[in-house]
Amino acid sequence: MANLAEEMYETEDTQKGKYLTFALDSEFYGIEIKHVTEIIGVQTITEVPEMPEYIRGIINLRGKIIPVMDVRLRFKKPYRAYNDRTCVIVVDIREVSIGLIVDQVSEVLSIPDSEIVPPPELSNVLHTYITGIGKVGNEVKLLFDCDKLLHQEDSEQLASIG
Amino acid sequence: MDNYLDNSIIEMFFFESEQLIEQIDRAVLLAEKAGDYSPELVNEILRAMHTIKGSAATMKYSNIAELAHALEDVLHFLREHKPRHVDNSELTDLVLEGSDLIKVELHKLKNGDQNDGDTADIIVRVRDFLARLDPDFDVGAEIARTVESAEDPALATYSSQSKSYFAHLVFDDSSGMENLRAFTVAHHLSEMADDCRYEPSDIAVNEASADVIRHEGFRIWFRCAATDEELHQFFSRASYLRSFELSLIDEADATAPVGEGNGEGLSRASPDINGPPSGDIAPAARQPEREDQTSIQQSIISVNVSKLDKLMDLVGELVISEAMVTQNPDLRGLSLENFMKSARHLRKITSEIQDMVMSIRMVPLTATFHKMYRIVRDVSKKLGKDVQLRLIGEETEVDKNIIERISDPLMHIIRNAIDHGIEMPEERIRAGKDAMGTITLEARNVGSDVFIAIRDDGGGLNKVRILDRAKRNGLLHRPEQEMTDKEIYAMIFLPGFSTKEKVSEFSGRGVGMDVVVSNIEAVGGSVWVESEQGAGSDVYFKIPLTLAIIDGMNIRVGQSRFTIPITAIKESFRPADKDLIRDPNGYEMIMVRGQCYPIVRLHERFRTGGAEQDLTAGIMIMVENETSTYCLFADELIGEQQVVVKSLPDYIRAYKKISGLTGCTLLGDGSISLILDVERLR
Repeated sequence: MANLAEEMYETEDTQKGKYLTFALDSEFYGIEIKHVTEIIGVQTITEVPEMPEYIRGIINLRGKIIPVMDVRLRFKKPYRAYNDRTCVIVVDIREVSIGLIVDQVSEVLSIPDSEIVPPPELSNVLHTYITGIGKVGNEVKLLFDCDKLLHQEDSEQLASIG
Repeated sequence: MDNYLDNSIIEMFFFESEQLIEQIDRAVLLAEKAGDYSPELVNEILRAMHTIKGSAATMKYSNIAELAHALEDVLHFLREHKPRHVDNSELTDLVLEGSDLIKVELHKLKNGDQNDGDTADIIVRVRDFLARLDPDFDVGAEIARTVESAEDPALATYSSQSKSYFAHLVFDDSSGMENLRAFTVAHHLSEMADDCRYEPSDIAVNEASADVIRHEGFRIWFRCAATDEELHQFFSRASYLRSFELSLIDEADATAPVGEGNGEGLSRASPDINGPPSGDIAPAARQPEREDQTSIQQSIISVNVSKLDKLMDLVGELVISEAMVTQNPDLRGLSLENFMKSARHLRKITSEIQDMVMSIRMVPLTATFHKMYRIVRDVSKKLGKDVQLRLIGEETEVDKNIIERISDPLMHIIRNAIDHGIEMPEERIRAGKDAMGTITLEARNVGSDVFIAIRDDGGGLNKVRILDRAKRNGLLHRPEQEMTDKEIYAMIFLPGFSTKEKVSEFSGRGVGMDVVVSNIEAVGGSVWVESEQGAGSDVYFKIPLTLAIIDGMNIRVGQSRFTIPITAIKESFRPADKDLIRDPNGYEMIMVRGQCYPIVRLHERFRTGGAEQDLTAGIMIMVENETSTYCLFADELIGEQQVVVKSLPDYIRAYKKISGLTGCTLLGDGSISLILDVERLR
């Protein structure tokens, strides 16, 4: 019985500590791989009215309709036109699926907890989602929390409080 | 396998018991209306109560069984002895109280809780009632007997005509699941016999009992007033039965063999037995109805709803795929006659499958509507008002998912109607109306929607009071003069609203109406109210028959595609400049055959880029909803298509409810089209 529990813990572990990294401008971000279901190239997006700017619309993913969010716009960066490097990272969190449009996808990295430090106190939009800063070699990846990204109130409202 | 057996038996128990309880309720209400318990009604209630007792005892739910037993005693006495002075209203109250208690216990059991309700109090009162009817009745002895008589046949002695029997059944070697077969036999037997006891007794819960039955046969002891002939027939019809022995048990324990026989080994489920114990007046009117019910029962199988959901999804995918094949861009411009013929045939078949699958999930509203009788009775009694319920169109069918969501809103609206709407009898007479108020519940199919109307002939909504209350609660956001009647009435659906000064246990707290609206909107429907002061109010629900598949017309606005449900479209045309009107406020309208209709520019409404701006260069589509007709302006019509409605992704819906869109769909070329909500575009 104890062995079974250990085994299960280990299979969970293979996904833990692994992050999918992607780039926006010159910054690198990482999200936990356990939420990522697939990565696809950007395709025709159908606009949905009355949505905030960063929700670009919906796409047809093999019969399933999922919304797509432009992460640049979400982080209040200027919009950049999509090219053939642009990818959509489909994540699934608490049964909500969404596609994240990013400039380019980098690689999957293992970042052990010891290499992660808590984020500095910055008063810009980003820090509400960043859960930690991961150190990989000489580089720094900003790790963020998908859950917060999806379920947090619009950042404008937060800014008005702070 | 073990669990599956138990679960299906338990589910059957709940299903049947609930139906029986509803039957009892209906019969009691009929008796109350008539002012008298006719022999047919007594019989109906007795039979139902008896079956509940038997089933509950088998499942070892003893508090339900005991309560049913106590009520059964009373009814049995009424049937056999027909006493002259019966307090009908006390009887009604007792039976209804008992039925409510059983409902509560069943509900607990369904939720996995214990059936720990205290039935002792009501049982004492029931026994007391019986004691008063029958001075020779010994209350004390009865209570002692209740506990035992469920198990021991020798003690029960109601009807002098019933005899004790012993039956020994042997099933076919190949039948398998002998415990289930035996249970079916015992169950059906308990409907016409009393005090069934059988060996092995754990057939409902223990799979191993099947082995015991295979080796030793199945033994039943019971009391019954049916003739030997009838019993013989009953047993020979049991399925998978190889042979049986039936003997009469004398008090002195001598066994006189009544008959033996061989089972017919039919593979149908054993039929329900309607044979009444002799001494009954077989009610001619009731009989056909029950037989109809039994014959329906035989050809019903219960299916897991999730399987149906999956089937629906697959059919939806099939429709989309079919469209993707037949409307493939590769084929555009080609002339393919044979292909088109086959495609049409494919279309036809897909259509039939779709209709069939949708109809499988449809359930008539009858049961839901009938539940309202009880509500009307209880509420009107409590408030001292006199109200009757009329039903129209109860046979209208609605998707199973939706039925469950309609029940509560309906109850709430009816309670409201009686509480707020219908006036007290004296007031009604003074207003020149009948002292008895009427609530009419009507359902009908219109196109791909179901309309349900709850009409009352009460006092109607008071616009002044509504506006006043809205102002006080800070819910008024527009100047009163600008609001139409419909909008004023719609305010009663806002959370926190209630014009009732006092909060009663039924309504007044202002938490009901908005829940009604959200429940109905959750299934894609809408709610609105019409009213005439002094004459009454009408609450309407419009609910889509099924959310899944509709006939739509695809249109293009700029680069975007939209779909309009065909049933909403009246006509489409290219407008002529001379028919266009612009009023001082900037609203645009168009004249069609002498009538003036407002125009909604879709490209403005949805802010689509690159769309046609010139009204004469695009196309006008005249649409109508329940209350108004107006024209939509789009670039062009693409074509008619049967579309599978998919709801917008949860993320988007959670963010905001977009008025004007009911969902989206995939077109033949894989692109997404948004489905317009004709109800709310204006």
